[in-house]
Amino acid sequence: MLVSTHELSVRLGKRLILENINLRVQRGEIVTVIGPNGSGKSTLLRALIGAVAPCSGRVVKAPGLTIGYVPQRLHIDETLPMTVRRFMSLPKPPAPSELDAAMAQAGVSGLEQQQVMSLSGGQFQRVLLARALLEKPDLLLLDEATQGLDHRGSAGFYRQIDSVRQALGCAVIMVSHELHVVMRRTDRVICINGHICCEGEPEAVSASPEYQSLFGLDDDEAMAVYRHRNHHQHSHTEGAL
Amino acid sequence: MMLDDFMFRAALAGLGVALAAAPLGCFIVWRRMAYFGDATAHAAVLGVALSLTLSTPIFAGVLVVSLLMAIIVSTLSGRGYAMDTLLGVMAHSALAVGLVAVSFLSGVRIDLMAYLFGDILAVGKTDLIVIWGGAALVLALVGWRWSALLLATLNPDLAHASGVSPKREQLILTVALAIVVAVAIKVVGVLLIAAMLIIPAATARPFSKTPESMAFMAAIIGCSASVIGLKTSYALDSPTGPTIVCVVALMFIASSILWKVSRSFGGGEPAGPAS
Repeated sequence: MLVSTHELSVRLGKRLILENINLRVQRGEIVTVIGPNGSGKSTLLRALIGAVAPCSGRVVKAPGLTIGYVPQRLHIDETLPMTVRRFMSLPKPPAPSELDAAMAQAGVSGLEQQQVMSLSGGQFQRVLLARALLEKPDLLLLDEATQGLDHRGSAGFYRQIDSVRQALGCAVIMVSHELHVVMRRTDRVICINGHICCEGEPEAVSASPEYQSLFGLDDDEAMAVYRHRNHHQHSHTEGAL
Repeated sequence: MMLDDFMFRAALAGLGVALAAAPLGCFIVWRRMAYFGDATAHAAVLGVALSLTLSTPIFAGVLVVSLLMAIIVSTLSGRGYAMDTLLGVMAHSALAVGLVAVSFLSGVRIDLMAYLFGDILAVGKTDLIVIWGGAALVLALVGWRWSALLLATLNPDLAHASGVSPKREQLILTVALAIVVAVAIKVVGVLLIAAMLIIPAATARPFSKTPESMAFMAAIIGCSASVIGLKTSYALDSPTGPTIVCVVALMFIASSILWKVSRSFGGGEPAGPAS
């Protein structure tokens, strides 16, 4: 067990954002968190890194757990000059060989001297991924990491994540709303809307009524998602609540 | 001895303030908290009044009030007040309360102008010790926390994930700012401290590629402006603090023009702000 939450609830201001979230993530798993806008997906990740404190319940991390975090959107103020190399060296500079390896792993070799601000959206997301990989994380957290990428770009990004997982053996928790793309490369899907609506293997979740009503899919659309997956062996799962 | 020359002491004082203000000014620019420097500086007048009443050293009174101010503002800003509104309210009320408090001081004649605009030519040997001691402390503090401060400035969540507490870094920055205000009040005065923090950093921005080079260049700009401003004010018989600020403002204009020109003719460096 790398990380788990027990009856985790988070309040931001007066609003209860997350309620009684129970989550367990094992080494090597890819878990996708999906949910509509404002459902608390990002807050869940922020609670896992300790950026927001729970109002009740708790987060339990394996001792010595290292976390790589790729935020949803990083705005770098234009008054702050920053090369990619310098950015990668925060908070502590890596050995040059480690830097090269992480850059290559994320597919952004050769950008070290560039200003961070001059990067394209896709390049910047990969640089963020490279930085998260530097510490050889046990757990990689990705918050809508493919926002601003086109379809091909985000498919490539997820392939990269998959190969990173195989190379490092880390667990991945990612937040997304691109159901079709994400589900292809995930072991488990958790569908949240303040609380956990349903969870399980991708096939089971996309077929579940909770999922379909949450995303307002009518039957045709639901079938499209379903068929999209149909070339996989359809395994029966108990995942849906 | 050279320290007996008031011009030499003034130059040393200016250099000390410029050195401490440079890296701190960069953080103030990066974090978009220019008014924060203003508010802290304005509160310093209240500190002056307090230390005269209690007959403590000016430095101590200013330090305490600036710290209090900075802490109140950072605490309240997390509680749903818009930062700029809050700073506007705090800065001007602190200044006003300070001025009223000073007027109640009986028997003491104080030259308020000296605290508003500074009096660098009157700097004594003890002042020099305070200024350089404060500057060394601020540089050590900022140098020690440099990477953590940068990460917290970039993104608080990234900082959390790397085990850096953004709250703590904010507090360190706040303390450093209060120290700079306290040591600089005698040199450039309340109204010009914010200028010495921000303008050198802003002048250095277009020609910097890394945060470190920007801080370094801001230090060079601040130091040369102090020396040039001092000489100019001697030649023109103009008030010294404001003259120093005028010099650094001219440098800012020159830097902006150079930047625009090099962008439109040379294709330019990739370093500068996107326009």
